[in-house]
Amino acid sequence: MENIKVPTMAEFMAEGKQPEVLFWVGCAGSFDDRAKKITKALVRILNKANVEFAVLGTEESCTGDPAKRSGNEFLFQMQAVTNIEVMNAYEIKKIVTACPHCFNTIKNEYPGLGGKYEVMHHTQFLKSLLDEGRLSIEGGQFKGKRITFHDPCYLGRANNVYEAPRELIRKLDAELIEMKSCKSRGLCCGAGGAQMFKEPEKGDKDINIERTEQALETKPQIIAAGCPFCNTMMTDGIKGKEKESEVAVMDVAELIANAQDL
Amino acid sequence: MNYIPNILFAIALISGIGYFATNVKKLIRNLKLGRDVDVSDNKSQRWRNMAMIALGQSKMVKRPIAGFLHVIVYVGFVIINIEVLEIILDGLFGTHRLFSTVLPASVYGFLIGSFEILAALVFVSVIIFWMRRNIIKIKRFWSKEMTSWPKNDANFILYFEMVLMTLFLVMNATDVHFQAMDTGNIISQHITSWFGNTSSETFHIIERTAWWLHILGILVFLNYLYFSKHLHILLAFPNTFYGKTRPKGQFDNNEAVTKEVKMMMDPNIDPFAAQPEGSVTDTPAKFGASDVQDLNWVQLLNAYTCTECGRCTSECPANKTGKKLSPRKIMMDTRDRLEEVGKNIDANKGMFKDDGKQLLDDYITREELWACTTCNACVEACPVSIDPLSIIMDMRRYLVMEQSAAPMELNNMMTNVENNGAPWPYNQMDRLNWKNE
Repeated sequence: MENIKVPTMAEFMAEGKQPEVLFWVGCAGSFDDRAKKITKALVRILNKANVEFAVLGTEESCTGDPAKRSGNEFLFQMQAVTNIEVMNAYEIKKIVTACPHCFNTIKNEYPGLGGKYEVMHHTQFLKSLLDEGRLSIEGGQFKGKRITFHDPCYLGRANNVYEAPRELIRKLDAELIEMKSCKSRGLCCGAGGAQMFKEPEKGDKDINIERTEQALETKPQIIAAGCPFCNTMMTDGIKGKEKESEVAVMDVAELIANAQDL
Repeated sequence: MNYIPNILFAIALISGIGYFATNVKKLIRNLKLGRDVDVSDNKSQRWRNMAMIALGQSKMVKRPIAGFLHVIVYVGFVIINIEVLEIILDGLFGTHRLFSTVLPASVYGFLIGSFEILAALVFVSVIIFWMRRNIIKIKRFWSKEMTSWPKNDANFILYFEMVLMTLFLVMNATDVHFQAMDTGNIISQHITSWFGNTSSETFHIIERTAWWLHILGILVFLNYLYFSKHLHILLAFPNTFYGKTRPKGQFDNNEAVTKEVKMMMDPNIDPFAAQPEGSVTDTPAKFGASDVQDLNWVQLLNAYTCTECGRCTSECPANKTGKKLSPRKIMMDTRDRLEEVGKNIDANKGMFKDDGKQLLDDYITREELWACTTCNACVEACPVSIDPLSIIMDMRRYLVMEQSAAPMELNNMMTNVENNGAPWPYNQMDRLNWKNE
């Protein structure tokens, strides 16, 4: 067990306090073994920067994104309204999340159902901490490493956030190299639209393999991601290409945390 | 004086414009088959989008070669059409080059000179376009959905433009009076010599023939639009105006569902209470879309606007990796079905008679719909703000909410979300366990 501080909203409430920001962990961040590491890396950074954050813990539930993108509007709205009730009861104003799907859903689709919050992707939040001087980023082991960033669709195209993750990577004194299709033309990892939870339709290739090939063209040492699902897809892609020993797939939060041995 | 040419011209003009107007009416009628949708928001953003994307071609040039050539043809089309105004006036009043008599020779020469240069540039660009399609065979022009009609349609448009530009230049080249002015004949003077020592009588006949073929060609082309992908030259403007202004990741929340969900969650609402007298239940007859009438009119406008360039399909991750899904096909299918429904209505005295067909399955298969990752690459790629993803989503909604016909694994995922608040079978009570692991 590591020494990390993860207070819940209920604990804050009991003390009659409000946290600065709610950390929305998301299903992947809570349950997926790979994504849990990203969650903890982010927590370590938040602890280091003395950010007073809280999580909902067992009161958090799926945002409804995979249900909505599958076409189940009813289930989506049930999830949304339940989550909104919880968050409104806690008078949540600001949310940070490491999952672009949660980010997009809460930011764009909750307001119409009564959930109006300031929502930030963790790369945006970390960038703001950096700008405010609350966080310093060191290159550490990543100095001079060749890093390519894979844009998550729901962060990039869906919400036009391209620069925050890149600025964080540059701060590591790493060599940020772009794939041929990046930013608004970035290729999907293949997980979105609930594809994560089903086998792909028949084709000549899996989408994550195509994207991994594009990433490998840049001869990277690290493929940086900003989404737990992209992370899984790219990790699988790298395994499929038998490149695990040469190329690591890491979240931007992990890069920052590991560089400082947090 | 002989008024026959004037009368013939007026008849051609009126029937050309008249037939086009009937088809425009039909198009509007067909659009209205779709559901209504509120597009009154973000007015200033909408005007900006139209100015930038349609008028300014900002997304066309994202692919520089095609974009550059397209800008030439587009600018050429818009500017050369000023000349059509003179042609129409000449035709109606029996004048010859009316503007040359009212404008100073230098101004007239400058105008016609610009048209000639543009005409030549358009001609060259169109040739390159034709080569890209038929000789270089760029992949996106040869995908599966590009069957014989879409391919022919694209080529017909290019031939039309080649012929019209040629006629315009020949008409100028053989116009003895215009050549004598010796201003603005910057391209056509070189073409004149191709005709050698032809008598002025023959020149006159060629000039008149070219003049007539040119204007008749324009009228035919105008009427070809409704049947062709070329309709985009008009519809790109309203389509970019009515296109999505919200973030691409934001999908609409179905209001009828919101009402039901709120009712379920609110302990103060009695779901069994009698509806107040005269109230209309606004639960839609159908969730999602299985046919064109279930889509909204902006989605239908999208379908008519699509010029089948295939940029969407070439960026689609599913299509790139060999799946059946092609966003362009979604748009082409929607238009084809809408046209079929429209013809059905025409044939049945204004009422749609069930033809046992629908957009789902008869045009768009489930396999295509389930292959989408909702990544918005198609939406981003479209140079005229078409949103194929919204149609895919509405059709998925129909499959799931009306037919419970999601793939098995997705049903499992949804059951998990419903029961334990996560897409995987973990207990919600274990959600914070990571903290202590």
